[in-house]
Amino acid sequence: MSVEQMTTTGVPAEPYVTADGRQIGNVLMEMKNITLRFGGVVAISDISFDIREGEIRAIIGPNGAGKSSMLNVISGFYVPTEGEVWFRGSKRPQMKPYQVAQQGLARTFQNIALFKGMSTLDNIMTGRMTRMKTNMLQQAMWWGKAQKEEGEHREAVEKIIDFLEIQAIRKTPVGRLPYGLQKRVELGRALAAEPDILLLDEPMAGMNVEEKEDMSRFILDVNDEFGTTIALIEHDMGVVMDLSDRVVVMDYGRKIGDGTPDEVRNNQEVIDAYLGVEHD
Amino acid sequence: MSDNLIYAMEVTLNGLMAGVLYALVALGFVLIYKASGIFNFAQGVMALFAAMTLVGIEKGQVPFSHLINAVLGTEVHHFGWHLHSFLAIAFTVVVMIGLAWAVQQVIFKHLVGQEPIILFMATIGLAYFLEGVADLMWGSEIKNLDICLTSNLCMPQGINEAIDQTTYEWFGYGFFIDNLDITATIVAMVLVAALVAFSQYTKQGRAMRAVADDHQAALSVGISLNFIWVLVWSVAGFVALVAGIMWGAKSGVQFSLSLIALKALPVLMLGGFTSIPGAIVGGLIIGVGEKLFEFAIGPMVGGATENWFAYVLALLFLVFRPQGLFGEKIIERV
Ligand SMILES: Nc1ncnc2c1ncn2[C@@H]1O[C@H](COP(=O)(O)OP(=O)(O)OP(=O)(O)O)[C@@H](O)[C@H]1O
Ligand SMILES: [Mg+2]
Repeated sequence: MSVEQMTTTGVPAEPYVTADGRQIGNVLMEMKNITLRFGGVVAISDISFDIREGEIRAIIGPNGAGKSSMLNVISGFYVPTEGEVWFRGSKRPQMKPYQVAQQGLARTFQNIALFKGMSTLDNIMTGRMTRMKTNMLQQAMWWGKAQKEEGEHREAVEKIIDFLEIQAIRKTPVGRLPYGLQKRVELGRALAAEPDILLLDEPMAGMNVEEKEDMSRFILDVNDEFGTTIALIEHDMGVVMDLSDRVVVMDYGRKIGDGTPDEVRNNQEVIDAYLGVEHD
Repeated sequence: MSDNLIYAMEVTLNGLMAGVLYALVALGFVLIYKASGIFNFAQGVMALFAAMTLVGIEKGQVPFSHLINAVLGTEVHHFGWHLHSFLAIAFTVVVMIGLAWAVQQVIFKHLVGQEPIILFMATIGLAYFLEGVADLMWGSEIKNLDICLTSNLCMPQGINEAIDQTTYEWFGYGFFIDNLDITATIVAMVLVAALVAFSQYTKQGRAMRAVADDHQAALSVGISLNFIWVLVWSVAGFVALVAGIMWGAKSGVQFSLSLIALKALPVLMLGGFTSIPGAIVGGLIIGVGEKLFEFAIGPMVGGATENWFAYVLALLFLVFRPQGLFGEKIIERV
């Protein structure tokens, strides 16, 4: 079967409600024929897929398949060699990562990118950056107003800290935290932006079973309570099958599957890729 | 109390005040280094450039007048005004912000991701270029810098007398302290307090700290690195202006002013290249240290210890505490 023609069939094309009662809307973001090359290496080869409002979209694939590269294209860290990114029904011009962030996209990194010298609280507070309205001059001139705004942001941050159950490490410099907690703080910082789309690059990598369960719960709660659209990369198949509404499968830069967890699980090409069957 | 002890106290106090200036210059280095990893060799020249621009604007000098006259065959030198110091300082701040913007857009924007040594080389180029521009713009003669806060208060008169009297009542011995040093200390303290407040409590200050910590993470929360770098160079330019004013008021605005950068090096080695408190404490230690050393040991070795004391102290520090007083020692995860 040709990969390009394969589209998701397991879910309705119109907005629908999932079995567990979550609202899935129309297409929010669409990747059209994305190709990304680094010199001779083709990290992404002509891939198209979409992300719908309110859904949890997983990207899976073996090591080096190009998953992180795809996330970097979406968040503006990489500029695709070819192809277009569409957001809310219009083509997105080439943007810097900080502009994409200001547009309502937040992300975490596979290798954790936190402000190591700052406390948990300050780290999550920087996540509010795109939400802060008063500028430098206003802050200097209307100290009172700026203070009020600061207070409001603090409140939002405290809510996130409660939500993620990290009250105990509020004041700890994050460089000193164990890996699992750092991942959680990084999620908190992304949440603080109250994003329209949340991108998570292997949010559970290197965690023990208990930590993974916690993280899964947080991801589901965020999606459920705030209706946040989430795209995530994950290696743990069990987690992916439990969490996601739809899955894109990548291998060697190509898309070899796209559909509901059940669909991709039964796709021969996907099974081959994961079992290490030789490629053509 | 013995005269010697009192004299030592006075020396200490004077050292503290010299240290404030060292700290100020070092602060300019730290700001830029933290945010962008650039060791800005041009920091001293920026102080010179700022001070010359201030004098030029205040006295109504026509910039590039030599060049203009040579090309057009005219004879213009002065606009014929004498601006109020506050106004002149405000204009100079605008010029320094413009300079920061130009430096970022023309040079460092194109060098993102380059090796530190290349960035360093670029700042050396910038230093000499800026020195040339300063010369061409304002001429190379020594200029007097007088800053008047109000028309009858040019450098606070009377503070020294008050201190002199008070200390006389306390110790039966008056302290002689340069008025300028007192002003410098007050200004520097206000400046440092303002910088700390800015970086702790404002959106842009927090963004500055974020960029200093991790570029990728900063981008992901919506911070424009380019904007922050312009901001940092502007703040460093402002700090350079303050240092330039203080130093220039003391010994005239002349090209040797750019050498104050050399005074900041031992301070940085002592305080660490990334620590703002380090720059301040380091500056004070070197200021006091070199004055006290000269006072106590100087006469035994024939004086002139101030030339080398700071460097020797810094070298000793490098051996025993290479990350500096407050330098962050982060152990890499391997
Ligand atoms: N900045 C870059 N420069 C050069 N090559 C790159 C860069 N980023 C990714 N690549 C290459 O692109 C390919 C895909 O890498 P990518 O990190 O996207 O894979 P991945 O699916 O996320 O793998 P993993 O599961 O190991 O994280 C690899 O061959 C990688 O070496
Ligand atoms: Mg990856």
